Amino acid sequence: MTGRQTMAEATVTVRGLAKTFILHLQGGIRLPVLQGVDLDVQAGECVALNGPSGVGKSTLLRCLYGNYRADAGHITLRDEGIVVDMATAEPRHILAVRRRSLGYVSQFLRVVPRVPAIDVVAEPLRALGVSEEAARERARALLQRLHIPERLWALPPATFSGGEQQRINIARGFAHSFPIMLLDEPTAALDADNQGAVIDLIRDARERGTAMVGIFHDPAVRQALATRLFDMKPP
Amino acid sequence: MIEAAPLLSVSGLGHDYDGIIACRHIAFDLWPGEVLGVVGESGSGKTTLLNALSARLIPTTGTVRYRTREQGMVEVYRLSEAERRMLMRTDWGFVHQNPREGLRMSVSAGANVGERLMAVGARHYGEIRAEAVRWLEQVEMDTGRIDDSPRTFSGGMLQRLQIARNLVTKPRLVFMDEPTGGLDVSVQARLLDLLRGLVGDLGLSAIIVTHDLAVARMLSHRLLVMWRGEVVETGLTDQVLDDPQHPYSQLLVSSVLTP
Repeated sequence: MTGRQTMAEATVTVRGLAKTFILHLQGGIRLPVLQGVDLDVQAGECVALNGPSGVGKSTLLRCLYGNYRADAGHITLRDEGIVVDMATAEPRHILAVRRRSLGYVSQFLRVVPRVPAIDVVAEPLRALGVSEEAARERARALLQRLHIPERLWALPPATFSGGEQQRINIARGFAHSFPIMLLDEPTAALDADNQGAVIDLIRDARERGTAMVGIFHDPAVRQALATRLFDMKPP
Repeated sequence: MIEAAPLLSVSGLGHDYDGIIACRHIAFDLWPGEVLGVVGESGSGKTTLLNALSARLIPTTGTVRYRTREQGMVEVYRLSEAERRMLMRTDWGFVHQNPREGLRMSVSAGANVGERLMAVGARHYGEIRAEAVRWLEQVEMDTGRIDDSPRTFSGGMLQRLQIARNLVTKPRLVFMDEPTGGLDVSVQARLLDLLRGLVGDLGLSAIIVTHDLAVARMLSHRLLVMWRGEVVETGLTDQVLDDPQHPYSQLLVSSVLTP
């Protein structure tokens, strides 16, 4: 449901979220992953999802993004002052929320072949109507900040190293200053230097008031970024 | 901005060929600027549906309503033949898998593009030619080939030409049937990239039939999954592909080879 409401307390509010996978090709096996999940995230907070592998951290993140369909519960957030429930919103509303208010950095870069790195990074801004020049300017600044050598900017990232691709992905994710960011292992493939640059970038966003939910397996990264842990247990 | 009224509204649409059901119970709205992908295996009714939506095949049942610029919502199959032809020539485009079906192979590349403009009343030769040149550039074709016959073009160039021919009248809705289907993989990637850019820049609405889920993911905002003539699942593209609900959608997604 979408409607005009007064400002909610938290930037992201999750209530009673449930998610079960039904594998029809495996005889209809049911895999309950999330049940009764409640979570509030405030502006300027970075909540680290915590728990063993398989507990549903990525599933929760994907539900928040509208990538996985919630079976029950509500995921409410504000998009330009209007409260949207990601668990029930229509596709075009989810896409509008993703364009304007909700960013996501996945573990792997997925892009159109042939598009140069600089345009991959600039694209989220172009989609918001920012001029090509201004969007590229912002992209250049981010690529520089994340130590992507200038000779690579005009090349499509398909042939880049894993660490370079991941930094392109992060630059793309942070090109627009989303009020809410979801981060799935943003530093997994990075060496120490580049990890530091990425941590700085994410921390700056947090300090500007971005509400974040993330998965950080590396304890040092989690220490540097998380303001709070959200413990998850198998249902 | 999120628009409040759909551009195309389909309800209860079905078609059969002499009693054999090709598609049925099709209902959806298409919103301005939205790209809808229709996926499913061969024989699932995708192409029949596309033809029934685009006034190329009168459906057995159901209605297709379209929001025109002048008259608001009209029922496509209640329009006169002439009105429907006008709609197809101006406000709609149709990109065939085989570009030879959408082009006139006996006239030059420039004439193929210019012809659609003349059909909507353009008469000034210089302006028509300039517009044709501009559209060949838009689809990244060598404008030096404007006077050449399409017979001398490669498959990828023919597809670009067909796209230019369709877009020159600035349609608001484009139907595409496997637009990258007959092309080499390298040519496909470039064409996809081009289509994606054009659709975004022009704010087009589109309905794209494809059996290639990678194409669907790249181009469409929303998906309809068809199976045995019916829509078995619909939703946000990445949601349907990453978290398919219906048994057939799960089969479809799990059958893809990922390089």
